[in-house]
Amino acid sequence: MKNYICYSINNTLNQFNMADTEKLVEQLVTQHGKTRNSLLPVLQGVVREEHFLSDTAMIAIAKALNLSSADVYGTASFYTFLETEPRGENIIRVCKTITCKMKGKQQVIEAIENHLKIKEGETTRNKKFTLLAANCLGWCHKGPVMLVNDDVYPHVAPDQIVDILDKYC
Amino acid sequence: MKSKKLQRVDFIFDCAGCEPIEVVKKALKMSREEVVSSIIESGLKGRGGAGFPTGMKWKFAKDEVADTKYVICNADEGEPGTFKDREILDVVPNKVLSGMAICAYAIGSKEGIIYLRGEYNFLLPKLNGQIDEFNNNLSKIGLDFAVSIRSGSGAYICGEETALFESMEGRRGEPRNKPPFPTKSGYNGKPTVINNVETLVYTAMIINMGVEEFKAVGTMDSRGSKVFSVSGDTPKAGIHELELGLNVADFVEEFGDGDTKAVQVGGASGHCVPRKLFKETIIGFEGIPTGGSMMIFNSTRSMFNVLNDYLEFFAEESCGQCTPCRIGTQQLIKGVEQVKRGEMQSEYLDQLIKLTETMKIASKCGLGQSVANSFSSIVTNFREEMIY
Amino acid sequence: MSKIKLTIDGRKVQIEQGKTILDAAKKINVKIPTLCYHEDLCVAGNCRVCVVEVAGSRALQASCAIPAQEGMEIRTNTPKVRNARKDIIAMLVSEHNTQCTTCYRSTNCELQTLSAEYNIDNNRYLSILKPNIEVDRSSWSIEKDDSKCVRCQRCVRTCSELQHVNALTVSHKGKDMKISTFHDLPLKDVVCTNCGQCVNRCPTGALTERRYFDEVWEAIGDPTKHVVMNTAPSVRVALGEMLGYPVGTRVTGKMVTAMRRLGVDSVLDTDFSADLTILEEGTELLVRLKKALVDKDDTVKLPLLTSCSPGWVKFCEHLYPDHLGHLSTCKSPQQMFGALTKTYYADKKGIDPKDIVSVAIMPCAAKKFEANRGEMKDSGFQDIDAGLTTRELGHMIRQTGLNFLELEESTYDSIMGESTGAGVIFGATGGVMEAALRTAYEIVTGREVPFADLNITAVRGMEGIREASILIEDAVPEWSFLEGVEMKVAVAHGLINAREIMDQIAAGESPYHFIEVMACPGGCIGGGGQPIPTNEEIRKARVAAIYEEDMNMTLRKSHENPEIQTIYKDFLKEPLSHVSHNLLHTTYRKRQHY
Repeated sequence: MKNYICYSINNTLNQFNMADTEKLVEQLVTQHGKTRNSLLPVLQGVVREEHFLSDTAMIAIAKALNLSSADVYGTASFYTFLETEPRGENIIRVCKTITCKMKGKQQVIEAIENHLKIKEGETTRNKKFTLLAANCLGWCHKGPVMLVNDDVYPHVAPDQIVDILDKYC
Repeated sequence: MKSKKLQRVDFIFDCAGCEPIEVVKKALKMSREEVVSSIIESGLKGRGGAGFPTGMKWKFAKDEVADTKYVICNADEGEPGTFKDREILDVVPNKVLSGMAICAYAIGSKEGIIYLRGEYNFLLPKLNGQIDEFNNNLSKIGLDFAVSIRSGSGAYICGEETALFESMEGRRGEPRNKPPFPTKSGYNGKPTVINNVETLVYTAMIINMGVEEFKAVGTMDSRGSKVFSVSGDTPKAGIHELELGLNVADFVEEFGDGDTKAVQVGGASGHCVPRKLFKETIIGFEGIPTGGSMMIFNSTRSMFNVLNDYLEFFAEESCGQCTPCRIGTQQLIKGVEQVKRGEMQSEYLDQLIKLTETMKIASKCGLGQSVANSFSSIVTNFREEMIY
Repeated sequence: MSKIKLTIDGRKVQIEQGKTILDAAKKINVKIPTLCYHEDLCVAGNCRVCVVEVAGSRALQASCAIPAQEGMEIRTNTPKVRNARKDIIAMLVSEHNTQCTTCYRSTNCELQTLSAEYNIDNNRYLSILKPNIEVDRSSWSIEKDDSKCVRCQRCVRTCSELQHVNALTVSHKGKDMKISTFHDLPLKDVVCTNCGQCVNRCPTGALTERRYFDEVWEAIGDPTKHVVMNTAPSVRVALGEMLGYPVGTRVTGKMVTAMRRLGVDSVLDTDFSADLTILEEGTELLVRLKKALVDKDDTVKLPLLTSCSPGWVKFCEHLYPDHLGHLSTCKSPQQMFGALTKTYYADKKGIDPKDIVSVAIMPCAAKKFEANRGEMKDSGFQDIDAGLTTRELGHMIRQTGLNFLELEESTYDSIMGESTGAGVIFGATGGVMEAALRTAYEIVTGREVPFADLNITAVRGMEGIREASILIEDAVPEWSFLEGVEMKVAVAHGLINAREIMDQIAAGESPYHFIEVMACPGGCIGGGGQPIPTNEEIRKARVAAIYEEDMNMTLRKSHENPEIQTIYKDFLKEPLSHVSHNLLHTTYRKRQHY
């Protein structure tokens, strides 16, 4: 029989402590309401503050909304922006869809990779940035485009990357 | 079939003589029946892509007896190549809101919700202010209706109306079985009208300028105009409102770069029109209906890469619940890749074309039924590029 | 109710409003293949295998999900339909681990059957099975092999709709969509109760019970080992389904013979320890009532909850950890049996308990976990060495090559092979309650329960929660404090109903004295280790067989079991005695709720 390593919930990679996370969830549930309909706003609220959904957060949300934790996880994992793995403080999403590809998104990604010394999908050591590729961001006439958190950078050029990212440091 | 000449129109972004709250007032002076019949008469069809007659949707919802009804604005614009809803919400949000208010009056709803895709969160601060102001104005003119906003979180499929309800109800965005249709049982199981952003603006415009003026534009099957999102190999990338019923040749004449080999009409779930079919292909419900995504490709582009990109998009963005869409997309990707590498005979493409027929008729939702469109049109028209 | 008229394949059919096309087709014996559809569950409509043509509609429609409408013209057997179904099945096969020859569910797999019916060529489409899928064998009870999953979501619906546990969920989307636990934790680390209802409804081999029959075969073949098998009440009314008998056939005698032919040293009856449970648990109830009513001890937990169903027990430990005091401290009959096998039985038979291998044949997946709970070693050894399901026993009998239909009947060995009808009805929901009342009422009043033929029909049936009350009159002096008390009892089966019971208790609003809860719908006859398939009709047939078996027994009250009387005389002394406490009672622990 395969031996399973005993699992401990993944709070180690999270700079937020359990009590803070639980308090945040409590606030969000108070704000949005204690029904299933508020699940997405609550999940979004946690991601806004903590950049991803730790197990602690999902368990707390499940408890507060009277859902199972698996259900919360299953729902969250459906949505690309509701990350369930640790992410950096700032999430960079470069559009990878065809028109942005045609306009040079690869050079943009490479510029970011060179600057941050990470590959697509990775997070910088100092947890400042995570670099992700995204499906169509809705700026096809102004590609390539990237989002840093909620901020949009249309027509982004590789030589602007350093200046743009510096703003988030 | 005869096509219309390319004609620019400016219904959506022109604000002269159209103060949105005044349009709502104008609607309030009409009876609810008159509002609904105006929209029916106008021949307006949904501008999100599926093209269901808007007035009928309103009528069905109006005829339902329920304590609560909802008006939902579908701003989960996710089709690759489409960006018009973002522009509309950015530039003329009040027109969208007035469309919602008019619908609310017509069907008897007190609650409106905009479901905005997460990628457009940057619009929120401004939009929230405008919504507050608009809600205030509505209460001043005595319409018991208020709009709020919900954000998506990065899931293309939530643009499908019932998936969107699921998402708003805190679930995975998986399309529901239909019937029941939203006008009978939508958000929270209540009668719901869900319209695309652009559609709602047109409803307001129809009330404002009258049915006849709207009907004068477009063709029998495709009344009015449409906002197109033009991208790819074009010197005129951007938003363009055009009269419906034009052909692709005229479109390419205006927007192409002189070397256009294909136009993908309707985004990744739409159809690819090759040069030889430009003239005979009409953009509209008599030809290729579209949510407005027009991606132009010139002769330097590999259609294999284009197709692969679309398929990968769907393999990631399908909700995954139903067999034809979840597995079909993966089969198509693997199949074209292996044919390209010479690991499968080119005849395998014909077998995959047959598979697309199953995907088109057996998938659970409208989006699932359309994911194979790009495959069949690109493989049929650019077969050599798939093989060599 | 108004009727809808429609035609299917040119034949007219009438059906009630709200029924589906599939229902209508069934009515005129038109078979439409299904996969994600299951009678016990809500409709998903996601596999698309059941598509049909509806006149006027371009797309095909999933017949399980579309309501029949007036005037509909349905075609279930056109080239368009057949091609689509064939493609859909072929797609499912392309996503599937097609190593059928090594699959436990081979020959009882719905995908395999469909694939054979539609003659699917394995090369029709390229395999898109994800490489390196690891089988989750972390749980003692359930194995999860995603390479065999068809994403029908029956398991998820079972876990949520029937059991309200929601240990399983659908996660991710598109090509990555799969069935997961919370954050893909191994099954042993999540809220899973091991009830195995998902296993019963999985159409393929993606969810199966962990098998232990190889270890049992080894023990049987080892001359130094003395193998004792005991069979739970509900096994005898379901095993036949796997071996050629119609649903609802009682095969007790043949089963005993078959087990003896396997080479088992002693074939015993868990019904014996079911009877024992009644004595212990019944006394526990009366003691708690006395403490509450006479001693006015407000720390006494009432209602008392039965504890025979290990899925139910684990459910409480995960989800109602603050109310564990309500659970009876009695071990389940399986564990009582195990503890006694390696003490009382070993002693009487003069066998060194270290040489005994105790095997329990159970209708249950959770019993496997229960057998391996750390605290179940009160005999000084692991009390139960292996818990097998009815299905595993069926497999063992098949492996032996026995012609089950032709076997002669025989009776259980002794000691611990004697039982009563009260022990038998443990297998059906309401049975423990009925057995307990038959005994407790008699202890308190000195008279038999006032029901014809001892059949307490109020606690029988398939309703999710049933309640009954019985007035105590003319109590014997020892129990006179119960005089005039109206004993209120309830019975719940399926964990969704258990939740209702527990929520009431948590809110301090439970009106009952004693509640029987079984994790599985229908009780043990619907257990997670029973033959597949399952549905309400099958469960009802098994229940009927259980009550038939009870009626055919000479002894029908637990306290009349002579072997029970002997064990108290020779070994246990009295219910709740010191020895009983050591061997037959247990404790519970809080577990995490995710």
